[in-house]
Formats: sequence, C-alpha cells, structure tokens
Amino acid sequence: MQVTVPTEKRSLDKMKIEDMNVYYGAFQAIKHGSLDVPENKVMALIGPSGCGKSTFLRALNRMHDLTPGARVTGKITLDGQDIYADDVDPVTVRHRIGMVFQRPNPFPKSIFENVVYGPKIHGENNQKKLMEICERSLRSAALWDEVKDRLNRSALDLSGGQQQRLCIARVLAVEPEVILMDEPASALDPIATSKIEDLIGELKREYTVIIVTHSMQQAARISDFTTFFLLGELIEVGTTSEIFTRPKDKRTEDYITGRYG
Amino acid sequence: MTNVRAAGKAHRTERLALIVLRGASGFFIVSIALLIGYLAVEGTKLFTVDHKSIFEFLFSPTFAPDQGHIGALAFILGSLFVTAFAIAVGGPFGVAVGVFFAELAPKRVASAMKPAIEVLVGIPSVVYGWLGLTLLVPLIRNTTGSTGFGLLAAGIVLSLMILPTVVSLSEDAMRVVPDSLREGSLALGATRWETIWRVLLPAASSGIGVAVILGIARAIGETLAIQLVLGNAPVIPAGLLSPASALTSEIVMDMGGAAQGSLLQHSLFSMAFLLLLIAMGLIVLVKLVARKAA
Repeated sequence: MQVTVPTEKRSLDKMKIEDMNVYYGAFQAIKHGSLDVPENKVMALIGPSGCGKSTFLRALNRMHDLTPGARVTGKITLDGQDIYADDVDPVTVRHRIGMVFQRPNPFPKSIFENVVYGPKIHGENNQKKLMEICERSLRSAALWDEVKDRLNRSALDLSGGQQQRLCIARVLAVEPEVILMDEPASALDPIATSKIEDLIGELKREYTVIIVTHSMQQAARISDFTTFFLLGELIEVGTTSEIFTRPKDKRTEDYITGRYG
Repeated sequence: MTNVRAAGKAHRTERLALIVLRGASGFFIVSIALLIGYLAVEGTKLFTVDHKSIFEFLFSPTFAPDQGHIGALAFILGSLFVTAFAIAVGGPFGVAVGVFFAELAPKRVASAMKPAIEVLVGIPSVVYGWLGLTLLVPLIRNTTGSTGFGLLAAGIVLSLMILPTVVSLSEDAMRVVPDSLREGSLALGATRWETIWRVLLPAASSGIGVAVILGIARAIGETLAIQLVLGNAPVIPAGLLSPASALTSEIVMDMGGAAQGSLLQHSLFSMAFLLLLIAMGLIVLVKLVARKAA
C-alpha cells in the first residue's frame, strides 16, 4: 500500500522507501512497504508488537545483511542513491545511517574509547582531534557533565540511561546523516526516558531521526511524523497530530484508541 | 494411612541416597587429599631427609643422583621450552581457527567441525607421539641432518595436541560475546574484521586467556607424546634440534630403576610434586582470569 506524507507538509525527503519486502526464510515480515522520510524531522514508527517496525528499521541500514536467511527487496534510497545497489558497500551505508538499539550496548571499554570507536575505525588517529570529537559528541548527547571527570572509566559502570546516551554519543561521533532508533528508551526508567526524549528533540536540528517506539505517548511527544504498522504492512503515515487526532484508516484509529495490544 | 507410609518410605530412600552421595564425595575428597599429601611428603624428602638444597634442585644442570647430584634444571628448562614452543605456535593458530569458526565460517561448516575438533581432544597422546616418531622425526632428520629427536619435534607434536583445546575453548569464548556488541560495532560502519579485532576479541579476552592457559596445562603435563620424540638426553638443550628431556619424560624414563628411598626416587618425586604445583598454579590462574571476566 502506498502511503505518503502530504506534499505541502514535508521538507526535502532524506530517504525514500519503495515497495520494501523483508523475508525471514519463507516468512514475509514486511509487505510492500513504501515511505518517504523527510529530512531533519523525527519520524516515529508505531504499531503492536511483532508488526514489523524493527524489521523495517533494520532494513534501512542493511543490518539484515548479517541475519542468515533474511532477504530485503524493493528500493531504498538515501539522498536518491540506492543503498542496496551492487556497488554500494554496506559499511559505508552504516557510516551514514547510524543506529541506536533497544538495549544499551556499550563496548567493554572506557567511556572515551566507546565514543571515539567510530572515528578511529574511520581513520582518525590524532589524539587531540579524538578528544574534541569525544567532548562534542558527549555534549550533544547531554552526557558530558556527568562523565567528563571519568572518561577513562569503564562504560559498563554507567547507569542504563547513561549507557544509552553514551551509545547515542557514539553514533553522533561518526557524524551520520540519519539516526535509526529501535525503542531506545524501552529499557530505561522514566527520568532517563525523558532525558532521551529531550535529546531526540535536539537531534533533529542536525539529523534525520527514525524511531521505533511501543509507546504512543512517546511518539506523540517527540515526533513530527508517525507511521502506523500492522502485521507487516504500513497502514498509514501522516503528521503526528493528524495520526493521533484524525486518523484516516479505521485500523489506525482502533490502535490509537487502544483497541489493539 | 497408606500415603503417610509411602511418604515415610520415600524419606528412607532419600536418606539412603544422601548417605551414598555424601559417602562418595567424602571418599573422593579424602583420596585427593591423601594423594596430594603423599606427593608433598615424598616430594620434599629430597630436602627434609636427604638434606639437599632446593636451590640445587631448581638451578643446577647436573643430574646424577648416584653421585649425589640432583639438579633438575635441564628437565625444568626442557618442559618450559617445549611448552613455550607449543603455546607460541599452537596458541595464536588455535585462537585464529576458533575465531574463524565462531565468526566467519558458514554455520554448516562450523557445526560440522565442532564435534570433529572435540574428537581430536580424545585421541590418546601415544598416538600423537607415534605419528611424531614415524613422520615428524624422519622429516626433521632428513631436512636438517640432526638426529631428528629434540625440542623442535616435541614442540610441533605438542602444538598439534593443544590445538583442539585452544580452538574449542576460544570458539566458545567468542560465541558467548553478546550479539548486541557485534551489531553495535557494525552499525557504526565497522567492517567484520574491525569488529572482531577491536570489539569481540577484547570482549572475549578472558575466555581466550583461559583457553590458552588450559593449553599450557595440557602441554606441560604431556608425557608420552613428547617422550617418544624428545630424545631424552638429560642435558640443557643447546638448540631446537638438540635432544632434551622434560620433567614428565624424565620421570617415565627413570622410575622403573629407582630403588625405594634412593636419591633418584626422591628426585623423581620432587619433580612430580613440582608438576603438581605448576598444574595447581595454572588452575588458580584460570580462576583468576575467569573471575576478572565476571
């Protein structure tokens, strides 16, 4: 089903997804999904558990390449360039499209080493530069003040919320253009969650954010656009206020008003 | 009524089971304690009864108990050399193969190789020694002009012997690294190799450390396989091609002719005790490394 954001409401499209299908072996997890993702906005993906939100998200930076048996078809473009084209290196795609996972996954290294991991593998070796990147990224992730005196301590000593912000800083350090977030606050307490939400509001100034969330309140609070998923299909997309106040599709309305899990 | 009686009967069975289990484990613990105690007593008689110095035992190269010389340095060095050789060659190679199976090999290959490698662990050491004696020693003899027996042959045989242990354990160590770390690294635009080298190997380092230490333990205690190819000359080896002796092979060579209470017998006991201490030290090391991980 073709769903599009009304033209007058959207800025430039950063990513375009046309007729995406994702299969796990014989099981089709995403059915003919098409979506335009506007630049410098927050796009929320909502829907009941198991509806394919995360599967859809992971196709956007080619994480399914790593899953044996998973297959993605259709056309997915970033700035007009097909990210699944034969001559495109998935490593480059992931450099430009960063990802924050459901559970914080800091490396068992120091806070500093976590943040500069990306820049280092992409060839930055100057310690002074790395320190600058580290500070800038941690500031952007609203974590700098809490950790500036213990950058050499293990990242695993941080609280869950701090770890998640560290993982966001780690993504910011490689200066991606799009940030994918897979329920980034679902493992966190309410205070840590509100910090992450504030942060997402800041991030859209420089980045395009696509976020999967199981919380409709969260989607309503932080996103500009919302896409509703059901059973592997993209049912409806619109501005977040439209989706939550005047959904066009009956199924969206049923979900919004709490008739599905 | 019958229920209560049945319950009473069940309790009696349980009591009996407990007695049997306690008895078995008690017997086991007592046997181990006696074994270690006996080895400790016999192993120190060289110093307590014969009044030889520990210093001479550890650092003198001259071993001729019938003339009063009990220096075991040649055997200690022999053991250390072959073990170091085995770890230097078999260690990195084994870790590399383990990493390959865990991270890079297709699932089907990896799951077919796993049991095959575990079978290798079960091959009796005399078979390894026999292959070394019939294949390796002639090969070294023909290419170098030496006798073929010596540290090189023993080192190569030991490298092969510890390989399955190191491969299997380091593969396990890599597999327990959570997928979230793999994904986290790849999602930052790292290649598979960068992910393995910079994230997974450090994360698995304590498990790999344990794999290497257990490889060392297997190497230092190995007897038959190296005795067959080492040449068994009780001298400090001059090079990779010269015959040598190890603690284990020396005990095997001389134990038949050691009279009860003789200096030779006490020396051999001291060597056995030394091996026990090394083994215990390695076990403690494994525990420390494993605890550091947790």
